[in-house]
This record gives sequence, structure tokens and C-alpha cells, in this order.
Amino acid sequence: MRSGGLLPRMVASSSSLKLQDLIQEIREAKTQAQEREVIQKECAHIRASFRDGDPLHRHRQLAKLLYVHLLGYPAHFGQMECLKLIASPRFTDKRVGYLGAMLLLDERQDAHLLITNSIKNDLSQGIQAVQGLALCTLSATGSAEMCRDLATEVEKLLLQPSAYVRKKAVLTAVHMIRKVPELSDIFLPPCAQLLHDDHHGILLGTTTLITELCERSPAALKHFRKMVPQLVHILRTLVTTGYSKEHSISGVSDPFLQVQILRLLRILGRNHEESSETMNDLLAQVATNTDTSRNAGNAVLFETVLTIMDIRSAAGLRVLAVNILGRFLLNTDRNIRYVALTSLLRLVQSDHSAVQRHRPTVVECLWEPDGSLSRRALELSLALVNSSNVQAMTQELQGFLESCPPDLQADCASGILLAAERFAPTKRWHIDTTLRVLTTAGTHVRDDAVANLTQLIGGAQELHAYSVRRLYSALAEDISQQPLVQVATWCIGEYGDLLLEGSCEETEPLQVEEEEVLALLERVLQSHMSLPATRGYALTALVKLSTRLRGDNKSCLDVELQQRAVEYNTLFRKYDHMRAAILEKIPLVERGGSQVDEEAKESKETAQLSEAAPVPTEPQASKLLDLLDLLDGPSGDAQHPPPLDPTPGGALIHLLNLPCAPPPPAPIPNLKVFEREGLQLDLSFVRPPGTPTLLLITVTATNTSGGDVTHFICQAAVPKSFQLQLQAPSGDTVPAQGGLPMTQLLRILNPKKAPLRLKLRLTYNHFGQSVQEIFEVNNLPVEAWQ
Amino acid sequence: MIKFFLMVNKQGQTRLSKYYEHVEINKRTLLETEVIKSCLSRSNEQCSFIEYKDFKLIYRQYAALFIVVGVNDTENEMAIYEFIHNFVEVLDDYFSRVSELDVSFFSAVNQVFHSTWQRTGWS
Repeated sequence: MRSGGLLPRMVASSSSLKLQDLIQEIREAKTQAQEREVIQKECAHIRASFRDGDPLHRHRQLAKLLYVHLLGYPAHFGQMECLKLIASPRFTDKRVGYLGAMLLLDERQDAHLLITNSIKNDLSQGIQAVQGLALCTLSATGSAEMCRDLATEVEKLLLQPSAYVRKKAVLTAVHMIRKVPELSDIFLPPCAQLLHDDHHGILLGTTTLITELCERSPAALKHFRKMVPQLVHILRTLVTTGYSKEHSISGVSDPFLQVQILRLLRILGRNHEESSETMNDLLAQVATNTDTSRNAGNAVLFETVLTIMDIRSAAGLRVLAVNILGRFLLNTDRNIRYVALTSLLRLVQSDHSAVQRHRPTVVECLWEPDGSLSRRALELSLALVNSSNVQAMTQELQGFLESCPPDLQADCASGILLAAERFAPTKRWHIDTTLRVLTTAGTHVRDDAVANLTQLIGGAQELHAYSVRRLYSALAEDISQQPLVQVATWCIGEYGDLLLEGSCEETEPLQVEEEEVLALLERVLQSHMSLPATRGYALTALVKLSTRLRGDNKSCLDVELQQRAVEYNTLFRKYDHMRAAILEKIPLVERGGSQVDEEAKESKETAQLSEAAPVPTEPQASKLLDLLDLLDGPSGDAQHPPPLDPTPGGALIHLLNLPCAPPPPAPIPNLKVFEREGLQLDLSFVRPPGTPTLLLITVTATNTSGGDVTHFICQAAVPKSFQLQLQAPSGDTVPAQGGLPMTQLLRILNPKKAPLRLKLRLTYNHFGQSVQEIFEVNNLPVEAWQ
Repeated sequence: MIKFFLMVNKQGQTRLSKYYEHVEINKRTLLETEVIKSCLSRSNEQCSFIEYKDFKLIYRQYAALFIVVGVNDTENEMAIYEFIHNFVEVLDDYFSRVSELDVSFFSAVNQVFHSTWQRTGWS
């Protein structure tokens, strides 16, 4: 009975359905479900037939089962049938049986060992076809035990008169060696004789066998080095023979054998002078004589090149190899270019000058539409950059950068920057190149590119005006590329006065007004594309500019600054990690530092101009200085007053006190809470204006004694109505002699505005003793909670 | 070393598959779909060698049938490329103008044939 949808078929019973008919049926099934149905039905029939034990049609059933298995359906119930079929005397049965064994009875099946005996019998039978089948199965699925058992049988067959059997025996030997390397003793002796065989199949098999033997044992390697002359002879015959009908493929005589022999020669000649010398002539001959118009010839040539590269070849030969690869590059066939690029990449370290000659071709390959080729071409081009060709190469690479796919952009950009760093002829060129890279592919550069560029610009005094001008125009065009924006804002902040001066001989005159600069910085700050780090840079620039700019924009600048400063404050709270990053920036060159000093004095005067509560300007300026220091990192300039006050909260509070401002919240005085043997703990308080219930306390630990304080842990407790959050301290060591203090931030939420009570617990090691202190903080200022 | 040899048509149906390393049955179908997907997405202008996980795939297209060979990196890609063509030529001789239909119908015979031929040199 057939299910609907299939063509009516005149068959006696499905158990004698021929394989072809089954295939026909399966092909006619329109959906996966239908196919499954047909197959399941058929499998049921097959199972029934196996149970019945019908010997005549068994092979047909198994054939169908194998086809089904090929399609991916389970067929394990056919395993025992395979065994039965193998044991049967009929050749048709044996054939299907062995095929089934190869497919179904791999090593993991339990029934696997059962075929050993059958194979043994068949191997000694003497009928070539049967022996062939047995050998084939053995080589496909022989397990280690089987191989050990049958090794001697196979060895006998290696010397049989029939070439067919010899060939199969050799292949089985290869498999056996792979499975059980100890059998190499058995298979070593016959190899020499087999190499003199005429039949190419046997030669090929023997070469593979020798390759396997050499790879697995150094003793075998030494033994086979003696055969290098024989191998050379075989290869030479192949190369110099004219057209041989049996073996010619596209004009090349048995390229597969040639390739295999070359590979074996490579293994034998590696690190061995004598063998390499024997091969030199031959390799040159192969390289020159092979017809390269078709792929077969190119395959042989490629293998030759690989061999030349690996053995101890003469210098001339190596140059020949590189030239062949260069020729490959010019070929229009992409496959050939691919292998050429891969090989050249391997060669570029050892034979640099030879590869240099092909540089133009390599650069051309950059423009390949195929991704894998252009990637290799990029790697190779970057490896080929040196001091003489750096400018031309960078030009090419930058052109490539503009049009290459995004996944390559990162590599290309960092490659160009690296090359520029190593080989830049002039600083100006270097800055130009980096600028161009940032403009084109800014989002893909590595993080330290910004740092490197700022250091570079900072170091090149004569180019300050030039760089700031260029960066300004670049920024004015496009504020989306973060690294570019960061560098540009830094530069504007640093050298803004040079920008406003208006004249510079290296670029066209650019008239820039102060408002334009400020407007630009404002745009950067407010753009949603700017990262927090970028905003930090922009704020810094604004602050720096405030000290440098003259004129009556001062007032509005201050207002802006204060608004920004509050923002800054919250930024610092939220993005502590950024603070660390900014603190670690490369120290400014001294000149930059002293500039800050001079301008700071200017700001003092302008501060006095406006009315306000009498706030001392001296600490303001110094706080301003501190703020700038904080942001620019530890500067080498000795003029700066030590030690830095590390609490941004404190400094910014004072910044908020700049005159002509809307009345800022009064600062809460610091409190010294603990002192013992030189270790001092101070608390400073901040009430951010936006959140009246929030109090931020910064605990600062300073150490003026002679010994370091280590493993410092500070814990705090507050009454139940408060919420306390301890943030991570800046470290757990307070170095001696007034070294860098340790700070820790406490966030306290006080929704009920209850009086604040605070208990602190300290544990640390000092002078070799561990100290624990618990105390309540008295005299907390009222403003902390009101 | 050759890891596997596949003949897959453009619709993703496997006509012939031979694995020289043990791969589970369900993983095989997955492997085949992935491999054919990467081959189908290549244009004419791209080269025939693809890097896939830790193998290299070398493929050749004959009408609607893709022949894909997966190798490890010790193989000469161009020699394998030539070998694929050689295999197709032999099939052509045997079936006198072979087509995909022949391959799918005579797959069992194909297997025998294939495994004997395959053993020449590459294992």
C-alpha cells in the first residue's frame, strides 16, 4: 500500500524493491515529512527482511539501507547483516557487505572486531578483487587491534605480483602506520623496493607511506635520506618525459605524484645540508620546466616554492622562489594570488629584500574585491613598509583606508599609525598622517592613538600653531569621530591663543573668533555622540581657555563654567574610571605647564574686577591650578605647589565660588577626625545642590611618618535611617613622608534630614604592627545634614 | 589531510558525503549546511579557498553541484583543486557525460568507486 501522492507502481512486493526505485520514490517526495515517511516504511520492510534471513536479496536490502544512511537516517540495525554478507562466498554480497562495514561499522561499534577474522580469510584467499575489498575496508576503518593482528598479512601482500593488490596494500599500510606507529619496523624494509616500481599508484602510495614514517620517527627519517637520489630520479623522469597518455593532466605528467614527492623531499631536506644540495638542481629544473598555463602546473610550482623555502637552499634558488611567487601575483586567477600572498607573508621575515621588489604588485592586490585576499595584501604591505618607501606606502594605505570594509579598517589604521611612528621623516608629516587617519577612520583606532598624538604635538613646539589650526578646521567639519574630537579639544585648550592670533605661515590664514571657539566646544559638550571622556576633554579645554582668553566675554564664560562645573562634578561621581584615565595622561611638556601658570595669574586680576563676597583670590587661583593639574596629570614642573588636593569635590566647590555667580552653596569645612603616629584622617563634605538629601564624604588619609601604612581598610557605620554606600578606595597603602594620600568616597543618603552620626573603623599595618581603631566622629558640622 | 569530501547541490541537498574523521550524524548535517552556505555566498570574483573554523574549504562549482573538500593546513590547495577536477573527469568517463542525477542514483556504486580512488595519495 502506498500513501497518496506517489505514482502508482507495479512492483511485486516492496521487499524486492530495487535500489533505483527506492531512490526514485525518495526523490519524488515533495516535503521532508513525506520523505521521512517513505524511508521509515522502507526501513520497516528492510528490518523484517533481515529478520526473515533471506540470503538472496540481502545485499539489495543492505544497499538500500546504505543509501538511506547516506541521507542521514539511522541505520545501525544493518550491522549484523554486513557481517553475514562479508562471510558469504558470493562477490556481490561481499562487495555490499564491505561497503556497509566501511560506512556503518566504524571503531566505535561493538561489532567491529568481528570482521577481523573475515578480513584475514579474505586477505589470504588469492582472488585479487576480494583482497582488494578487504584491504580497502581495513584501510578505511581498521582499529588499532585489528591493525596489529593483520600487519604481517598486509606486509606479505606488499610484494605480491599483482600491481592492483600492491597498491591497495600500500594504502592500508599507510593507515596502519597512522593508527599504530610501532608497526613502522614492519613496513620500513619494503619501501626501498617499492620505490622502484613503475606503477604510479604504488609510487604515490609509497611516497605517502615514507612521509608518514618520517614524520613519526627520526630514525626512519635518517634511513630514508638515503633514498633522496632515487626520489630525485623519479621526479626528474616525470618532469622531462613528454606527453604520457596515462598520466598527463593539462600537460603536466602526474602532478599529484610530483607534489607528493616534493613534499617528501621537503621533509627529508629540512635542516640537512647534504640532501638539500642534492635537490637543488632538480628544484630549479622543475621550477623552470613546468608549464604554468593551467592549474596543474601551478600546483606543482607552488609545492616547489614551499619546498625551496623550507630546505637549506642556495640563495639563488630562494630568489627564484620569490620571483615565482611574484609572477603568481600578477596572474589573474584569484586562487593563485591567494596562495602567493600567503606564502609571501611567510617569506617576508627571512627574505625581506627579495619580497620588496614585488611591492607594487602587492599594493595593487589591496584593491581586490575578495576579502581574504585584501586582508593578506594588507598584512603583507604593512610588513613591507620601511624608511625609504614609507611616504609612498602611507599614501597608498590611506587611500585604501578610505574605501576598505569596516573589519579591515581597524587593522589598517593601526598599521599606518605604527608605520608612521617608526619611520616618520618629519614631525609635521607625522602629525599630518595621524590627522588624516583619525579623520578617515577615527572610530577604529586603538585607544592610545590619542595619547600618542597629544604627546607628539606637545613635543613639537614649532608646530603648535600649525597643528591647532588644522585640528580646529577638522573639528569644525565633523564632531563625530571621538579620537579626533578628543585630540582637537585638547589642542584648542592648550594652544587656543595661538589659534586666535590669526597668522601662521604654514596654512592659509584662518580668522577665528573667540565665540566660534566657544560655540564649537559647547557643541561638542552637548552632542549625544560624545563619550564621557570626550566631554571631559572639552570641559578641560573650556577651563583652560578661561585662563587664556582676554576680553569681556569673561563674565559669560564664568557662568558657563559654573554650570559646567556642576556637571563636571556629577560626571566625576558617575565616571570614576574616567578620572583615573585622565589622571594618567602623559605629563605635559614643561612649557605647557608654565603657560598655565602665567595665565592663572591673569585670571587673578580678572577675578578681582567683579563684585562678590570677599573670597580670597589666592587660594582660588591655586585651586584652579590644582584643578588644571588634576586634569593634566602630574606635571614635571616644580613650580606647582605640593601636595595636590585629590578631592575634586573640594576644588570644585571653590571653583563654584568664583565671583559674579549665582550664590553658590557655602562650603562645608573639612574635619580632622583621627591622628596617630603620623597617620592622619580628614573628612571633607560635599552637598551637591541638586540632591538635598545626599551627602558625599571624602575620607583622606595622609601619612607624615617615616613608615608606610599598608593594608589600610576603612569602614563606616551610620544610624538606621541613613543609607550608606562605601565606594572603592584609591588604594590600600598610604606611603610615608607625605606621599600620595589615599582617598575613599562615602555616599550617605539622609531622607529624613536627621542629625548625622558616623562611626569609623580602621585597620592597618604600621611600623610592623597591626592596628585597629574604632571611634565615633564628633563635631560633625551642622551643614552636613541640614 | 583531507577531512571530508562533499557533493552538495544549490538547494542544500547532499548528494555524496565522505568523512575521513568521525563526525556525529547530527553534526554532519549542520556542517554541511554551514559549508554550503559559505560556498553559495561567494561570488565569481572570489577565490575558491575559504577558511572555515580550523579547516580550509576548497570548492568547485559544476553547474548546480558544489564539490567541497575540507582539508587541514598541510595540504597544497591547488593540488586539491586539481584533484577535484580529476575526480569529475573520471566520473564523466565512467558515466559518459555525468550529471547530478547520475550522482544521486548511483551513489552506492559511487561510494565504492570513490573510496578506492580516494586512497591514492590522500588519506
